[in-house]
Amino acid sequence: MTIHVSMTVNGKAASAHVDPRTLLVQFLRDHLRLTGTHVGCDTSQCGACVVIVDGAAIKSCTALAASCDGAHVTTIEGLAQGGKLHPMQQAFQDNHGLQCGFCTPGMIMTAVDMVHRKGHNLDEATIRHELEGNLCRCTGYHNIVKAVAQGARDMAAQAQKAAE
Amino acid sequence: MSATGIGASVKRREDIRFITGKGRYTDDINREGQAYAFFIRSPHAHATINKIDASNALKSPGVVAVFTGEDVAADKVGGLICGWMIHSKDGSAMKAGPHPVLAQGKVRYVGDHVAVVIADTYEQALEAAGKVDVDYGELPAVSDTANAAKPGQPQIHDVAPNNTVFNWALGDKAATGAGFASAKHVTKLDLVNNRLIPNAMEPRAAVGEYDAGTDTLTLYTTSQNPHVARLVLSAFIGLAPEHKFRVIAPDVGGGFGSKIFIYAEETVCVWAARKVGRPVKWTAERSESFLADAHGRDHVSHAEIALDAAGKITGVRVHTIANMGAYLSTFASCIPTYLYALLLSGQYDIKNIYCEVDAVYTNTAPVDAYRGAGRPEATFLIERIVEKAARETGRDPAEFRRINFIKSFPHQTPVILTYDAGNYAGALDKALEMADYKNVGARKAASAAKGKLRGVGFSAYIEACGIAPSAAVGSLGAGVGLWESAEVRVNPIGTVEILTGSHSHGQGHETTFAQLVSSRLGIPIENVSIVHGDTDKVQMGMGTYGSRSGAVGMSAIVKALDKIEAKGKKVAGYVLEASDKDIEFKDGKFTVKGTDKSIDFGSVALQAYIAHKFSGQELEPGLKETAFWDPTNFTFPAGVHICEVEIDPQTGVVTIDRWTAVDDFGKMINPMIVEGQVHGGVAQGVGQALLEGAVYNKDGQLVTASYMDYCMPRADNLPSLNVATIETACPSNPLGIKGCGEAGAIAAPAAVINAITDAVGHEDVTMPATSQVVWRAARKAVTKRAAE
Repeated sequence: MTIHVSMTVNGKAASAHVDPRTLLVQFLRDHLRLTGTHVGCDTSQCGACVVIVDGAAIKSCTALAASCDGAHVTTIEGLAQGGKLHPMQQAFQDNHGLQCGFCTPGMIMTAVDMVHRKGHNLDEATIRHELEGNLCRCTGYHNIVKAVAQGARDMAAQAQKAAE
Repeated sequence: MSATGIGASVKRREDIRFITGKGRYTDDINREGQAYAFFIRSPHAHATINKIDASNALKSPGVVAVFTGEDVAADKVGGLICGWMIHSKDGSAMKAGPHPVLAQGKVRYVGDHVAVVIADTYEQALEAAGKVDVDYGELPAVSDTANAAKPGQPQIHDVAPNNTVFNWALGDKAATGAGFASAKHVTKLDLVNNRLIPNAMEPRAAVGEYDAGTDTLTLYTTSQNPHVARLVLSAFIGLAPEHKFRVIAPDVGGGFGSKIFIYAEETVCVWAARKVGRPVKWTAERSESFLADAHGRDHVSHAEIALDAAGKITGVRVHTIANMGAYLSTFASCIPTYLYALLLSGQYDIKNIYCEVDAVYTNTAPVDAYRGAGRPEATFLIERIVEKAARETGRDPAEFRRINFIKSFPHQTPVILTYDAGNYAGALDKALEMADYKNVGARKAASAAKGKLRGVGFSAYIEACGIAPSAAVGSLGAGVGLWESAEVRVNPIGTVEILTGSHSHGQGHETTFAQLVSSRLGIPIENVSIVHGDTDKVQMGMGTYGSRSGAVGMSAIVKALDKIEAKGKKVAGYVLEASDKDIEFKDGKFTVKGTDKSIDFGSVALQAYIAHKFSGQELEPGLKETAFWDPTNFTFPAGVHICEVEIDPQTGVVTIDRWTAVDDFGKMINPMIVEGQVHGGVAQGVGQALLEGAVYNKDGQLVTASYMDYCMPRADNLPSLNVATIETACPSNPLGIKGCGEAGAIAAPAAVINAITDAVGHEDVTMPATSQVVWRAARKAVTKRAAE
């Protein structure tokens, strides 16, 4: 048995007949071949699979594709616009906020969501607390924390520029 | 120094694909017509396999095949190997039990691979696996390191009586004993180095493929050393000869040692691909990673240190029981021996050291290298007991270390190694300054006023890296040589491809290696690409572990670049009508000495390929050179880490208030990347000290088999780190590099536990020092204080 799901992913319509058990992350990776979203665990602990669904970050390993029918989904592949990196992506490179890169897409999506919820002036304690759902084994988080702080500030600058 | 040259913190070039979701990890690779593998794993720690009935599974929808140990035996698929021979004190060879890729007659740990189901989809394979009926005959199990070799324990391998793999020793027992007999003070300490599960964020994965047209196997896999994987799968396991076998390790999401090894699952995928005539894909679920990735550490030790009246260390003796797990993994045997006991001299001038290591089998996952591999265990032991000795004799721990530091180089230790360069007091001085050590008393008082406990812990670590001279490791039992290779291909327009046998799985080689090449050849960094991780592109290599890619891998590139320069001079000589001996190469230009006649690197490359100027001469056309670099010594990164903690005795919560690291990694190519390596290493070391511990119960069930139960360090468990370096160049390689990948993980555990024991005022603190452990320790301190 399959069911039909359709959603908007990174601004494009996407639909498929899928096994009803299909998770959002499987739909993204296996059906749409958007392999930037990663799976690092099987208990919803690591956050490598974080994407933004209808404006809020979720762990895509924990949502059925069917439950996202009709939703607007943004993945790491949809963050850069017009050939220009998103400020949070740029901040991760600028601050050496990644090493192996596997947790990075989830970290960046979480960070973007954090800014949406918590604003542009994030102190270290807030960032560290808000990253509790994302595991990184390479960086010791030191440079991720710096990257998120810079990315938050740069998102404000970008938003202001857009408003002008 | 140019903006992209050696010593510049160049932003990483590889980041662009990772931050945009364009990385290409093994699980991102899908091959036409692929089937999926699911491994049936033993639920028992120790059992005979009486019968496997797959008849119902074979009828399940989508199932392609079910294979068991009988199938791999029938195909003469060799067992997994351990590539380092260790001999016991009595001269006998280590007792290596058979390690089949699918169990044959017996399982020896929970997670042991029993059978594989291959189906059209992963879900179908999973469903069918539930229909495979395995009749186990359960046996008693032993998982406890300290007791595994005692009489009466269940016997895991017939070849290894008393579960003993080897009883190994290093050093002069009699001389060491004499030093103890005349000692003014002896400090004793029992230590457990807790078992860890590596947990690279990318789970292991494999896609095996067989091309019947060319009779060639291809394996895409999460490997730190694809050439070693191919060598073992070919020469020992016998799947196909190397010229018919390609191993590709694409982007790899962290390794920390756990992706060095040749595992059963990857082997089975590529073997089964030929059996079923379709590509076969497997990606570990995290729970499988917990069960079946090689674990790390797991030592139980007793240590003693002898001091003379002046506080000089006169001897160290150690007895360690090292848990090898149920089978010997690829490099398991060298970790608690040559990567451990050789480091027991630490940074100290010690006349005699004697160490005995008993390696034991248990019904647990195999144990092998994990970030630091033996050296963290040595550092933890020596830095804990040195700290304790200082406290017992009423000496400041920093000054006690200082009076015992090695001060001149080269220095021959009593445990094989010759340290080549270092400045241990220099690192200590800088660390004391950065940590504001002189005011720690005031901070302790301030904490006490709040009802908190504060402590400071030191770790003056040393490691042997850049592994290593082939002759040296060969004499110690290694089955391979540990050189590295490089090929420099200069294209006719002067762009350069570097093919390296090192493998990057987070280290940033695409940036650092390109910095080296760009600055050496005087060409833009954009004109350099780094190729690694594919046995069809790179001819041979030994891979990345032991902090060796800078010291060994880049040295090979330097050697190949020397040859490029030498040939470039010859080409330039023909073009400029001068002898190559009169040509100098600088800033990307070949110039006839003392003239303004010159030609740039790109033009020389073009001339090398069009060959008009030297056709028919001795000089061959083209510009491509290869080099193999075999180091002359290990490298010896060292430094001082200082951890300062504040403890809430009411809750046992430990807050790391400040972390100071001063490391000597020799010359640095990219300080930003070096600092990142220190941050990550310290996080793993703090994880070991405070949070992480693999727990098997007495039946051999892994109790900590998910992120719900195994506590990984998260962002709010860690502080920001104050990291600095000093530099003494390494004399044994052309760049003076020592290596930085493991230092943090080696240094950190002792610093943390020394800080906690300082805070609570006694030594009874085990790792991981969870809040419960620390709460108990703090209560003991409070009780002790009240009694006084």
